[in-house]
Amino acid sequence: MLIGPPRRRDALKNVHAERNTFLSRSVAAVLLCTACVILLIVRLVDLQVVRHAYFSTRADENRMRVMPVAPVRGLIYDRSGTVLAQNRPAFVLEITPEQVDDMDALLARLSRVVALDEADIDRFRDRVHKSPRYLGVPLRSNLSMEEVARYEIRRHEFPGVEVTAGLSRNYPLGASGAHVIGYVGGITERELQTIDEAAYQGLNQIGKVGVERAQEDILRGVPGAKIIEANAYGRPLRELDYQRGYPGRNIYLSLDARVQLVAEQALGDLTGAIVALDPQTGEVIAMVSNPGYDPHYFVEGISSKDYRQLLEDPRRPLFNRALQGTYPPGSTVKPAMALAGLEHDVFDPEHREFCGGEMKLPGSSRKYRCWKRSGHGWVDMATGVMRSCDIYFYQLALNLGIDRIHDAMSEFGLGHRTGIDLPLEKGGLFPSREWKQRTRHENWYPGETLNVGIGQGFTSVTPLQLAQMTARIAMRGGGFKPHVLHAVEDPITKGIDVVQPEPLEQIELADNQNWNVVIDAMVEVAHSPAGTAYRIGKDSPYRIAGKTGTAQVAGLKQDEAAPELEDTPLRLRDHALFIAFAPAEDPKIAVAVIAEHAGHGGSTAGPMARVVMDQYLLGEVVYGQEGQKPATTAVSNPPAPRPPEDATR
Amino acid sequence: MIANMLHSGRSRKPEPGWGDWMETWHIDLPLLLLLMLVAAVGLFVQYSASGHSTDAVWSQLQRLALGFAAMFAVAQAPPDVYRAISPWAYGLTVLLLMLVLALGDTAKGAQRWLDLGVLRFQPSELMKLAMPMTVAAFLHHRRLPPTLFTIGLVLLLIGMPVGLIMKQPDLGTALLVFVAGSFALFFAGLQWRWIIGSLMAVAAAAPLLWERLHDYQRQRILTLLNPESDPLGAGYHITQSKIAIGSGGLFGKGWLNGTQANLDFLPEAHTDFIFAVFSEEMGLLGVLMLLALYLAVVGRCIYIAARAQDTFQRLLGGSLAMTFFIYFFINIGMVIGLLPVVGVPLPLVSYGGTSAVSLLASFGMLMSIHTNRKLLAK
Repeated sequence: MLIGPPRRRDALKNVHAERNTFLSRSVAAVLLCTACVILLIVRLVDLQVVRHAYFSTRADENRMRVMPVAPVRGLIYDRSGTVLAQNRPAFVLEITPEQVDDMDALLARLSRVVALDEADIDRFRDRVHKSPRYLGVPLRSNLSMEEVARYEIRRHEFPGVEVTAGLSRNYPLGASGAHVIGYVGGITERELQTIDEAAYQGLNQIGKVGVERAQEDILRGVPGAKIIEANAYGRPLRELDYQRGYPGRNIYLSLDARVQLVAEQALGDLTGAIVALDPQTGEVIAMVSNPGYDPHYFVEGISSKDYRQLLEDPRRPLFNRALQGTYPPGSTVKPAMALAGLEHDVFDPEHREFCGGEMKLPGSSRKYRCWKRSGHGWVDMATGVMRSCDIYFYQLALNLGIDRIHDAMSEFGLGHRTGIDLPLEKGGLFPSREWKQRTRHENWYPGETLNVGIGQGFTSVTPLQLAQMTARIAMRGGGFKPHVLHAVEDPITKGIDVVQPEPLEQIELADNQNWNVVIDAMVEVAHSPAGTAYRIGKDSPYRIAGKTGTAQVAGLKQDEAAPELEDTPLRLRDHALFIAFAPAEDPKIAVAVIAEHAGHGGSTAGPMARVVMDQYLLGEVVYGQEGQKPATTAVSNPPAPRPPEDATR
Repeated sequence: MIANMLHSGRSRKPEPGWGDWMETWHIDLPLLLLLMLVAAVGLFVQYSASGHSTDAVWSQLQRLALGFAAMFAVAQAPPDVYRAISPWAYGLTVLLLMLVLALGDTAKGAQRWLDLGVLRFQPSELMKLAMPMTVAAFLHHRRLPPTLFTIGLVLLLIGMPVGLIMKQPDLGTALLVFVAGSFALFFAGLQWRWIIGSLMAVAAAAPLLWERLHDYQRQRILTLLNPESDPLGAGYHITQSKIAIGSGGLFGKGWLNGTQANLDFLPEAHTDFIFAVFSEEMGLLGVLMLLALYLAVVGRCIYIAARAQDTFQRLLGGSLAMTFFIYFFINIGMVIGLLPVVGVPLPLVSYGGTSAVSLLASFGMLMSIHTNRKLLAK
């Protein structure tokens, strides 16, 4: 045995020496302990004093999370305070997976209370895998009030299920004005790369088109932030700090919702566009592109099937014809042409041309026809405009030459973007010698000048440009840049910034009397029995200055007789155009109408312009109503953009 | 002086005072107070670290009560009894360790537990007591300073259980058992040349030892050297622990206000890493006070050992004192990122039953040494 009988061995031991050894070893042990403890203390001082600030920051980073708080998007009103875009509570059904034992059974029971389709459930299951189990995962958005009510009654049966209220963009007028107002939609990958992410904290929607896109920065607001304390598993525990954001600012548009609606109804089933401007400010009173679309499709995320349908619709409802559609202006350019002729002293107002229905250029066999095959006889400037004689304007164009025509029409804005505060505006084209050389490497032919003189040929302009040209004639060369933004309202201080109209460069004529010559001729168009638009002017309570236009879509062959309207396939039929302003002596509204493939300007487009002007100037549509007393009502002042102070919201 | 000696053992004073009562029941008052103070601090930290759970505090309190009862019981027997039973205790514990390897329960990937039906305990904890007793008892009968032969035998005595415990694997306890045996040898007067020589040998053999380590043990050492290299994996513990301690600063965040522990960023907050919770909430000043308490315990133990009456008692006392020191040194060292992470709890503060009981039992032996003084005829 190793540990033997004690007594015998003890005798051999030196008890005192052993004790002394122990004491000296104890001193060594204490020294060892001291050294170790000093080591610990040095390290602790390093951690807790020297690097304290660093570790404090690390600890705060551990526990603090910044949760963005999305700002409420600004509202959009029309000029009189009608709501065009608002935020409505939207109910979302959420499930917190942590609190659910049997998800399949729960979904089966839920589907008896709210409508659930396969796509909802698939998307939900996908999201469940990607998010923490203690967070609610949306199952379906946009519950109807009825569904919410059905759920609320039986909510005790659905533990872990909750209906939360968020805000969703809503357009009370639906498709009306959709092209101007636009819509919001989910932020795409591409947009993410261009936007400032700090400004979109907590937001998942962005203005896509129209005012929603153009005024995105005003409408959006500034996101706030909550600083919350979270534990190691990311579960939020309490709010530490709140940084207030700022709600988006409200916008008053110059649009008049009633005029807009009347204009949309006037176009009816026809495709086309109507633009009405206030010549005195450049404000857009109405801007219609038909057909329209329901913006709510896009807010909630459109299904690819619906989107394809919208894209592939031959009538192209997503295309804003007022800004992006380019059309030959046809005879609507004639007043401006007449002004150019007078300005360059090519023709004086009394100069007459003989219209025999057709003409030829010297050295060419090609015939240039007037729309009236039988001819207008002797035609002076007033008659030329009033009856829209093509021969007269062929001669005028020939005498002016393409260069002077291009310069004059460019001054009226044709073929140039107006710079309106809406996205995606097209410039169109007003041809010139230089343009043809550059793009086609061809010389300019005199025959082409004739076509340009009556608004055909290469000319293509937007309805907005026509409206602007009309407004500029109405303002005798003055006028303002077209815009739809009337005022911006701060949602908290209620302070209002009214947008100041931006004057355009005055078109100076050598003789200002020339404006009267042309405007008088335009009045004759509507008010003389021989005028092409007499039907809308004869019973009008205010005086209209207008001009019809009929733009050829398909060129006629030589000697070919103009076919009857009904015989032509729809897509080859002429576009009907009309421009007008009223009252002629004190213009308050300038309108341009294009009805695609609708035949003659006077018969189709004219009445559309008339009802728009009626609604704006009289507050009701008088034209075409039974028992109407012609020309007795005085023109009431149109509703001025009401100061938004008294706007109801 | 003589009167004092006469009155050692059971007191026969007609009016026993506090001190007499303590002596009667073999209690060393300074040591008892120090231990209770540490345990009380531990209960407060426990409350914070366990997420304000009174249940955890209550069950810890029960364990501590059991531990103090064990201490009290152990203190009653005179040291000679422990010397006499040490071979049997050693043999039995080694047997139990073998049993653990053969049919022990597994917890957290290591076989440490033995389920005796009514009682579930870790035999390796018993070895923390058996080892210093055995080595001290063995050396008590040998000539000191030990001869090379004696040293070899002692190393054998130490090596067998340490090897068994390492096989479980439980590196922390193996280390403590090894330290307990080695310090007995050290106090017995192991020649300095052997101490320095073996330390150098260990340094030289380190690469070989490295080969023998488990993957997770190697990982812990690598993590110590560069915890940020794997902040979410093996380095997470140590990184979060350093954040907790460092963010505590000089004065601490205040009791129950430690964010690292209360928000669950600190893993093992109420067991091995409880020191980080304490440092975060009490700051450097609190930590220094806790260290002072621990050192006072060690100092008292060494004082008791120095005053002991025979070699067995001295070696046992010294060894237990140093084991206790190494115990909290390793724990604090690993929590502050100085030493690799080995599973050593902070004595009397970390949540855990067996270790508190065996620890307090060892203090019971020290009290027994101090209070069972024989009248020696010089």
